[in-house]
Amino acid sequence: MALLEVTDLHTSFFTSAGEVKAVDGVSFALERGQTLGIVGESGSGKSVTAYSLLNILDQSGKIVSGSVKLDGQELVGAGESVMKTIRGDRISIIFQDPMTSLNPTYTIGRQLTEGITLHTRRNRKESYERAVEMLKLVGVNEPVKRMQQYPHQLSGGMRQRVMIAMALSCEPDILIADEPTTALDVTIQAQILELMKKLQKEMGMAIMMITHDLGVVARMCDRVLVMYAGTVCEQGTVEDIFYHPKHAYTRGLLRSVPTLENNCMLKPIAGTPINLLNLPQGCPFAPRCDEAMIICTKRRCPPTSAGAGHTTSCWLHTKELLEKDEAYDGKTP
Amino acid sequence: MTEKLLEIRDLKQYFPISSGFFRTKPLKAVDGISLSIYQGETLGLVGESGCGKTTVGRTLLYLYPPTSGQILFHGRLLDSKKALEHYRRRTAMVFQDPYSSLNPRMTVSDLIAEPLDIHHLYSSRKQRQEKVLGLMDKVGLNPEHASRYAHQFSGGQRQRIGIARALATEPEFIVCDEPVSALDVSIQAQVVNMFRRLQEEMGLTYLFIAHDLLVVRHICDRIAVMYLGKLVELADADELYHHPLHPYSKCLISAVLLPDPVAARSSDRIILSGDIPSPLDAPPGCPFCTRCPYATEICTVKMPELLEVSTGHFAACHHVDKAN
Repeated sequence: MALLEVTDLHTSFFTSAGEVKAVDGVSFALERGQTLGIVGESGSGKSVTAYSLLNILDQSGKIVSGSVKLDGQELVGAGESVMKTIRGDRISIIFQDPMTSLNPTYTIGRQLTEGITLHTRRNRKESYERAVEMLKLVGVNEPVKRMQQYPHQLSGGMRQRVMIAMALSCEPDILIADEPTTALDVTIQAQILELMKKLQKEMGMAIMMITHDLGVVARMCDRVLVMYAGTVCEQGTVEDIFYHPKHAYTRGLLRSVPTLENNCMLKPIAGTPINLLNLPQGCPFAPRCDEAMIICTKRRCPPTSAGAGHTTSCWLHTKELLEKDEAYDGKTP
Repeated sequence: MTEKLLEIRDLKQYFPISSGFFRTKPLKAVDGISLSIYQGETLGLVGESGCGKTTVGRTLLYLYPPTSGQILFHGRLLDSKKALEHYRRRTAMVFQDPYSSLNPRMTVSDLIAEPLDIHHLYSSRKQRQEKVLGLMDKVGLNPEHASRYAHQFSGGQRQRIGIARALATEPEFIVCDEPVSALDVSIQAQVVNMFRRLQEEMGLTYLFIAHDLLVVRHICDRIAVMYLGKLVELADADELYHHPLHPYSKCLISAVLLPDPVAARSSDRIILSGDIPSPLDAPPGCPFCTRCPYATEICTVKMPELLEVSTGHFAACHHVDKAN
């Protein structure tokens, strides 16, 4: 059994303008020790998927249906007291912006020990020692001095390290990293990514890496989930996604990133990201897809297998499969 | 060689920071930069946040008058009010954040026409409107949306408004300050392509400030690397990528993650320890000496000069030989 199993998750925000289906039928599984990357543009539902797992959505947001199972335990609809034993203890999260996700009025030490005293049976002194040990582990120099300092006295990279120390202090089974390096410089990004890999090896946790940086995914992840407009368009191993992409959106995304070799014009995806209030009837990517067929505007493609552990929801792939099939009579399905 | 469009000589920009009662300390945001920008080229300026690259761009356009140093435009000093006024009409800037750099209370047509208003570049209302519509068309915005407000557009479209504004006075030189870093990957490619198309059509020269090295490598002819207010390396884009000389550039380039699992997982990565020092108490010698794997005693006391190591490839390091 997978460590985390998410099945047909639907999360919506109920706004004055109408229902925004931020997550619209997402299913995936996460194994122990694995790194899963979730990529997509802003507004594709990457972060909302993660927040739904922990049920830390805004007031207007609600999980409409679906199931999230952690080691077989259902989390959707679980009470707040149950969720409190999950958050921080079994599943922790690192937020995108290390500048705003620490409380500026508390010392680093107080923020670090808070979680430790809540989730473990350590007393204050032991929690303090554990916090210092964690700071040392994530490579913060002079940890004892840092415990007395406030977030504004630390640099961005240091703050992100503190966030990681906080997230890992209770040895969670799953670490959700929501754009952990987007706000950081490249040299600091390299340090933080190396650190996360090292700690994953030592502690054996699973990581869910939410990012829009395909380079970070290529470096860090075992499996990848590509999201567009709240749906999963493709999922597979990192090699499947980068070397054998089947969905038109995945291919477009990979083409629009500059590489070292080519110096010709980039091939961007035309149009602008979709308005979630006004989803089309068919494939959400069809309005921007230059290979769209009639069926793409009419019906959504269900996830179809494209090899072991590789699924895609693209009619183009279905067509390809049908054409290989000898019994196919040449008509659209 | 093409003509020098801009020449910067020993540009310095210090900001006074209060360090006590009635006492100030200079923050050396840009500390003695000299370089030339040639007509029609794209010069990339890269470096970590806080290294002064935005300040270089802004000082270059006289958004802040420089503390010291000279800027020559077409070989002439900007010493009179008239020269400065001309300079400002022939240069423009595209800002990083398309959300905060557009006035939310102005319509798109007013936003784009603002530079025209300031420089009195039209003779009638009709001509003004024609120019605005022409600019919108040029950057791929639907001219029917001229009376809308900025909030009605997506990030990529807002950046197009920002670019149309920059093009309004028909400049020769545009400073692009992280113009694509706030955009999604697919939209980023659209805007990058547009920069290249406009350059071909209008013969523009760009100073392209960014921290995404893949984008910079893609769009730029030459790249300058900054660290803590100083220029540490300057070379052709290809040359810099394949043969970086300065230890800092080496590390920056090895930190680039290619969207390719095999390349991204190769282990020849230089991981620096430590953070960028505060520009308020920068080391007296080479600014990089606190993190440099090759640093020796001379690095801590003497700032190395920017020397031409091979043709067109400049680096400021005492140990160029050792590091390579």
